Amino acid sequence: MLARATLRAAGAAKTGVTGLAKRNASTSSSSEAAAAWKNNALLASSTAFAIGSVAWYYYQFGRQPYAMTPQEEGLHATRYPWEHEKLYKTFDHAALRRGFQVYREVCSSCHSLSRIPYRSLVGTMMTVNEAKTLAEENEYDTEPNDEGEIEKRPGKLSDYIPSPYKNDEAARAANNGALPPDLSLMVKARHGGCNYIFSLLTGYPEEPPAGAVVQSGLNFNPYFPGTGIAMARVLYDGLVEYEDGTTATTSQMAKDVVEFLNWSAEPEMDQRKRMGWKVMAIGGVLFALSVWVKRHRWANIKSRRMLYQDPSIGSTPAAKQPGSTFRR
Amino acid sequence: MGGLAALFRRNAVFLGVIFTGAFATELAFETTANSIWDQINRGRQWKDIKHRYMESEDE
Ligand code: HEC
Repeated sequence: MLARATLRAAGAAKTGVTGLAKRNASTSSSSEAAAAWKNNALLASSTAFAIGSVAWYYYQFGRQPYAMTPQEEGLHATRYPWEHEKLYKTFDHAALRRGFQVYREVCSSCHSLSRIPYRSLVGTMMTVNEAKTLAEENEYDTEPNDEGEIEKRPGKLSDYIPSPYKNDEAARAANNGALPPDLSLMVKARHGGCNYIFSLLTGYPEEPPAGAVVQSGLNFNPYFPGTGIAMARVLYDGLVEYEDGTTATTSQMAKDVVEFLNWSAEPEMDQRKRMGWKVMAIGGVLFALSVWVKRHRWANIKSRRMLYQDPSIGSTPAAKQPGSTFRR
Repeated sequence: MGGLAALFRRNAVFLGVIFTGAFATELAFETTANSIWDQINRGRQWKDIKHRYMESEDE
């Protein structure tokens, strides 16, 4: 609709221009030809000026300022063809289950996942009983009892996954002063999302390249901004044993844990995509309908033609009244 | 013509047709849309893989 309207507008503009040119040609007056040339020159030069000033403004103020050195920026993460990022694909829930296993067995000793309750695992990657068993492995504080004492109770499905450290200071103290960030929203929190975390986890070289300066206590990773990261390489081939028989290579584990972290950052993704398609389907039908109704309503107006008979010429028997309408 | 006129004659009939029509359309649309979605994502969703983990639970 919009496209067609635009086309029509462009067409109208064109006919206007040619009409003008024709009129000029028919009068064949040299002074009018000169005026037309002046008009065109004015139009062309003001257009050029407008384009030029926009370009100059963009050159001055529009570009991204890169104040950091490439080393400080970090290497751009490779773009991987993630299946679950396609608009019509859900998470691979078997991969989520494997990724959660990797999180539990590897990352959870340093990183918290504080926004994920056990109940959210049920029906996405675990059965109720599995999740309950897992929750009961941890102890949580009770509400104060009659004497105001806080006791311990086993975890329930409504509890959140416990953090490895009591607080951020304890986490820093245990990690050379570097805080292992919470991973719940990590995929949303970093440029490059899945690609970045995957590249980070698999991007540790055997040893830093010649000439690279690595502070003591840090590890070289080209993808980490600044290249010195406090987290050492954590994933090695065969580190975990998958229950579904998948071979636990470094990249397999990284891929699974990244997909899991993507789920923890947007657990609504499957639902959101499915709902999105439904909205597009219904919205498409409604849009087509509205286009049809519009055309239906406008059909009379668009096909109407006005006739005007000059009274001074004298009326012929077939003459119509001024303003009468005809259908084409 | 006759059928359509009968529809509009009584407001209760008209309203009833609209309500049941909306209900049926909704049901049909949801069912088809969901089955297409499940078809595209076969093997990826929890309901496709949970049987692996449900059985071991019974023992
Ligand atoms: C030995 C403890 C430890 C383990 C195990 C560990 N990490 Fe880390 N991680 C850290 C520390 C410390 C940092 C902070 C690094 C820094 O700021 O220099 C960090 C940072 C990160 C970051 C943030 C990087 C950034 O851009 O700021 C991500 C993502 C991450 N870890 C993912 C993981 C994943 C996924 C696992 C499990 C496969 C894992 N980590 C296992 C200690 C650990």
